[in-house]
Amino acid sequence: MSTKLSLQSVAKAFGTNQVLRDVSLDINTGEVVSFIGASGSGKTTLLRCINLLETLDSGSILLDEKDITAVGLDANPVRRRIGIVFQSFNLFPHMSIRRNITLALTEVLKKSADEANETASSLLARLGLADKIDSYPDRLSGGQQQRVAIARALALNPEVLLLDEITSALDPELVGEVLDVVRELKGSGITLLLATHEMGFAREISDRVCFLADGTVAEVGPPSQLLSSPTDARTQQFLQRVINAGRLRG
Amino acid sequence: MPRWDRVKKSFFDWERLTDSFPRLLEAFVLDIKIFAWTTPCILIAAVFIAIARSTRNPALFPVRVFVIAYTDIMRGVPVILWIYLVGFGVPGIGLERPWNSPLIWGSVALGLTYSAYVAEVFRAGIDSVHESQRAAARSLGLSSAQTMRHVILPQAIRRVIPPLMNDMVSLQKDVALVSLIGPIEILRQAGIDKAKFANFTPFVGAALIFLAITIPLTRLTDWLLTRERDRTGASKVR
Repeated sequence: MSTKLSLQSVAKAFGTNQVLRDVSLDINTGEVVSFIGASGSGKTTLLRCINLLETLDSGSILLDEKDITAVGLDANPVRRRIGIVFQSFNLFPHMSIRRNITLALTEVLKKSADEANETASSLLARLGLADKIDSYPDRLSGGQQQRVAIARALALNPEVLLLDEITSALDPELVGEVLDVVRELKGSGITLLLATHEMGFAREISDRVCFLADGTVAEVGPPSQLLSSPTDARTQQFLQRVINAGRLRG
Repeated sequence: MPRWDRVKKSFFDWERLTDSFPRLLEAFVLDIKIFAWTTPCILIAAVFIAIARSTRNPALFPVRVFVIAYTDIMRGVPVILWIYLVGFGVPGIGLERPWNSPLIWGSVALGLTYSAYVAEVFRAGIDSVHESQRAAARSLGLSSAQTMRHVILPQAIRRVIPPLMNDMVSLQKDVALVSLIGPIEILRQAGIDKAKFANFTPFVGAALIFLAITIPLTRLTDWLLTRERDRTGASKVR
């Protein structure tokens, strides 16, 4: 297995708040890695750094062994290869669902309108949203919006997809339909990185789970091991709190 | 109201009104022309000023400074002063006909000041679009210019249509200020008729003509906004 993404001593601070201190991790092609950790542990920041929405203070990120965080490097071609889905969907409210998906295809990849429409229809059909293609985001339920957001990211055919707490803003009964989409993605060759509070889902889908604490990787391993018999004291504490809150069966 | 009869006679004289009304209408055509050619210039200039001010590239810092100075200076001086300064000043440097026309330079003065006001409206709109929209667009590989054009500006413009129309209604009226440096538009014509009749009714006539334009303009804006909301928005709360 080849290394798709290599995080090397990634550090990022916002003012005096040192969110990421020293995060290092290699992720294989097609692997599914879940980042877990307390609120504020830097899961979201890490994903935003990988998508180059944030600039690193130090360290570097390698995509296919090429440093994508090098100074002066054009971020736009990299972002096409790394998709991100946000907690709050961030669909473009003034555009139809179709246009939300085709925008980057026609403007960034310079595809024809027909070709872009084709991609949008087939993606939406795959996600069970074919009838929504000409609706506007505000008319859709949260779960539907999030599935559209996934379709929008997938339209560019990214090699890596970052899922940033994509079910946190959803009503419980809508979580399932979004997670089903993610299940379907696994094994398609795409590399998936999740920031999540859905411990059950992380256990089910992940090849590895990575626990972030104090701005570093406190512990990383297969879900069966990390979630059942963690070795790091901070992981144990965190999981105990999660179990007490009823979010994971012990 | 013992003096009501006199007021009625000098402000609401039907015969004077019907007499001067055709002349007022004719003069109003010039107001509409000035409005018609300044409005697109103002809107285009204002969008570019607002975009220049919203740029984040450190290399464009001098542009931002220039634009901030421009809006501060333009907004800091009464419109009428700019009309005098530009309208008399620029032709004064010895331009030949027709380029010394106060009509041209009065319009330019209006355009300069209003583009500064309208730019601030656009900037407020641009700032009001949530940062997450920019993040979503950039994450798809759109450049910052593409993000501005396809994602930020369309949302910003929709949001600022009411204050924008406010400024346009205001401009529609301020066009009359150009009369102070010469051109015979409706206010000037009303003044001439007032002097001729020794009666203020022509001013009331001019007011009615302005209202006939500004009120439908405002209603149109409301209608456009409602339609837009119905198309994209969630269902209404009663």
